[in-house]
Amino acid sequence: MIIFNKNFSRKYLIATLVAANFSTINIALADEHVDVHAQHHVDSQEEEHMHDHGDNPALTKVMFDQLELRDHDGKHSSVIDAQAWIGKDVDKIWLKVDVEKFSGDIHEAEVQTLYSRAIAPYWDLQMGVRSDLKPEPTATWGVLGVQGLAPYFFEVDAAVFVGESGDTAARVSAEYDLLFTQKLILSPEVEFNFYGQSNNEKMIGSGLSDANASLRLRYEIYRELAPYIGINWVKKFDRTEDFAKARGESGGETEWVLGLRAWF
Amino acid sequence: MKTFNSQPMSRRQFVLGTSSGIALGALPLSQSILADSSSQTPSEKILNGKEFDLHIDYQKVNYTGKNRVATTVNSSLPGPILRWKEGDRVKLRVTNHLKEDTSIHWHGIVLPSTMDGSPGFDFDGIKPGETFEYEFDVKQNGTYWYHSHSGLQEQTGLSGAIIIEPKEKDPVIYDRDMIVMLSDWTDTDPEKIYHNIKKMSHYYNYRERTIGDFWADIKTKGFAHTWNDRAMWNRMRMSDTDIADVVGYTYLMNGITPERNWTTLCKPGEKIRLRFINGAAMTMFDVRIPGLKMTVVAADGQNIRPVIVDEFRIGNAETYDVIVTPEQDQAYTIFAQNMDRTGFARGTLSTNPHLNTVIPAMDPAPRLTHRDMGMEMAGMDHSQHESSRIIDHSDHDVSAMNHAAHGGHDMHNMENTQSTDHSAHDMNNMGSMDHSTHDMKGESASNPTSNIAKAGFGSNFGAAQKVTHQKTEFGPHVDMHAEMPVSGIADPGIGLRDHQHLYDRKVLTYADLKSLTPTRDAREPTREIELHLTGNMHRYMWSINGVNFMDSAPLELKYGERIRVILVNDTMMTHPIHLHGMWSEIETGDPQFIPRKHTVIVQPGSKISYLVTADAKGRWAYHCHLLYHMFGMMRMVKVT
Repeated sequence: MIIFNKNFSRKYLIATLVAANFSTINIALADEHVDVHAQHHVDSQEEEHMHDHGDNPALTKVMFDQLELRDHDGKHSSVIDAQAWIGKDVDKIWLKVDVEKFSGDIHEAEVQTLYSRAIAPYWDLQMGVRSDLKPEPTATWGVLGVQGLAPYFFEVDAAVFVGESGDTAARVSAEYDLLFTQKLILSPEVEFNFYGQSNNEKMIGSGLSDANASLRLRYEIYRELAPYIGINWVKKFDRTEDFAKARGESGGETEWVLGLRAWF
Repeated sequence: MKTFNSQPMSRRQFVLGTSSGIALGALPLSQSILADSSSQTPSEKILNGKEFDLHIDYQKVNYTGKNRVATTVNSSLPGPILRWKEGDRVKLRVTNHLKEDTSIHWHGIVLPSTMDGSPGFDFDGIKPGETFEYEFDVKQNGTYWYHSHSGLQEQTGLSGAIIIEPKEKDPVIYDRDMIVMLSDWTDTDPEKIYHNIKKMSHYYNYRERTIGDFWADIKTKGFAHTWNDRAMWNRMRMSDTDIADVVGYTYLMNGITPERNWTTLCKPGEKIRLRFINGAAMTMFDVRIPGLKMTVVAADGQNIRPVIVDEFRIGNAETYDVIVTPEQDQAYTIFAQNMDRTGFARGTLSTNPHLNTVIPAMDPAPRLTHRDMGMEMAGMDHSQHESSRIIDHSDHDVSAMNHAAHGGHDMHNMENTQSTDHSAHDMNNMGSMDHSTHDMKGESASNPTSNIAKAGFGSNFGAAQKVTHQKTEFGPHVDMHAEMPVSGIADPGIGLRDHQHLYDRKVLTYADLKSLTPTRDAREPTREIELHLTGNMHRYMWSINGVNFMDSAPLELKYGERIRVILVNDTMMTHPIHLHGMWSEIETGDPQFIPRKHTVIVQPGSKISYLVTADAKGRWAYHCHLLYHMFGMMRMVKVT
């Protein structure tokens, strides 16, 4: 049976199909003539790529965890919190990017470039370099951390940082998904930053310097795409708070957020 | 038993085309058309004879309203039904019109390893533009199938049925037979599916626990009970709704969507042999025909003592032949719901084209339990009456066994061949293992076994035993270990365990399978190979003994030896395990009538044992038949 001869009349095709007792293909009866070989070409190239790697293909995942606008008493800022990895099951190169823009200027920019290795069923060990590009002066840190899924499904990211001059810092964050429905998900998240020493230039005090707590309610249109609304509390502690107050800023603030979570 | 011939074949008629009835391709179901075409026409899609020309090509299809490209055999999805005769020598010329390598594996067929069609073993695949001529003697009969063993082509439709007519008279009596081939179609590029679950393992699970579920549980069970219930799953970071890795398929019966309803007409009183084949890439189906009892007469092409059931699970690549006799003027629905109850394939067996069919509701979605994590306490019963019947075999006398003479096999390079100490020979101690001396580093040697359980029983009987896990089974690639795996032999499987109790449906289990003909190889096994099916669901990594296929050494068997394989499922997934080239003889409790299968379901957190006679030299594939598990959960079996 010639499937792609567009001169076939619809009637004839139907007749053939009924006659063919076991013909099971749904033939598109439209006039268009599709070159299936061409259409499939890209796919097959990709597929061959996979054969080479068996069950352990090299993959890339890019995640925009927060792509959002923040509003605090009418003052707006925008935030990009993104991660990306490329690699196989066990070994990956992992990028973490955190950028905050405030009235047109990049206020804060941090990039971590990490080697990530699976060390336990739910945990990756990560090490590499963190570059604080903004605010200036720039700083470079060595990073050693773990990222993974803790019991009770907490997504945890914990790292210690060692600066060029021997400065130390640490950061711990945890996130949880509460499902109202399969698509409407409330996600509480906390983050704590610690420093081993005070830094007057950066107006940071030693110990617990600041914490972040947020609630984001997202709707997963697809797995890969979810708009959300939320609220974010920022609180500075101890000397860091004093620094902020000295600058005329408050030690804590509450922001409304509106954003998009996406991955591919 | 009236299902079987006692006289030379008389009633059976082979009418060309009867195996398919009426299939409506691009047409919406219309009763009038059904009536008009009820006269049987010879089908182009059944190929008979000794020589076959098969062409593999891209094919435009449309199952959901969207045009997609499938990979098909002779422009048909599924491919043409091949009818062979036992005793013939068949030639199959397969031409590859694709832009990538392809292959056809003759699933369940006993043949030389060079003709098996598994690239990377004793076969190189078929290059684009090339024709490969398969040629082999047909030494068996029954229902089988063929499919691509290259990449993910099986998911895009490259498969079809094989019916082998017996040389001798068929012991099964029937008037007509027909293939019921089940498959799962997706509009998504299969590679994309694979990547989706690699990047987010719960990508396709839209049954995760919600806050509402939690409140509902608290209301019915109280807070403490609910909390304890959830705590284990939450600590384990696993989901009790993780039944199938991929859902959202369009499920097809003989290539027809549920909407279009594959339909065949029959006469009341006719004995119809339905040859069920699960040709799906990732889906297990639970099959029933409300209103009809099904008499199962063959499993994986091999005749068994008939078992009358209401329902059976068919794992990927398995086949079951059942006899049904529609007595009334009625339209019966052949209903094949998927294991996690998110969809179904269906068709209609009708005595009258003007009757309306009723599609039954799907059963409730199953939830995994402690048992599926291999945590069930020893001796705990699982509410199936089958189990108690099985345990009755404990009065078999196995105390006379002594296989000490079989020591001395060279088992280096054997991975995880574990010695079993059965010094106490009552049934309760069968399966008790002494691994104290074994500290293995992955590719381990084993001591020859001195005494092993009697053929026909293996580790399928007796209480659950603690198993030992090797070092290779620990690490980021393995997220669970079955500590006390129970026997899966009498387990109907997740979601079916309470069907007898709830709905009075007799569900087939492996414990029901007894070969119709006596066991061919009556020898006792000389050694045991214990393999653990392992994985990390979260990272979507699959392996055997914690070692994936790429990193594994072949399992070496000596030509002619008879061994026992004990599979322990260290995951919560149900894995259908397929050994190429040789039979897997499941030990169902009767050494005289051990059934032969080519694909064996290993229930979650459970174990199962079967015997293998290494009667086929060469390099063979041995793997999980869930397509996206296969790359990792595979071994080469080398028979020399």
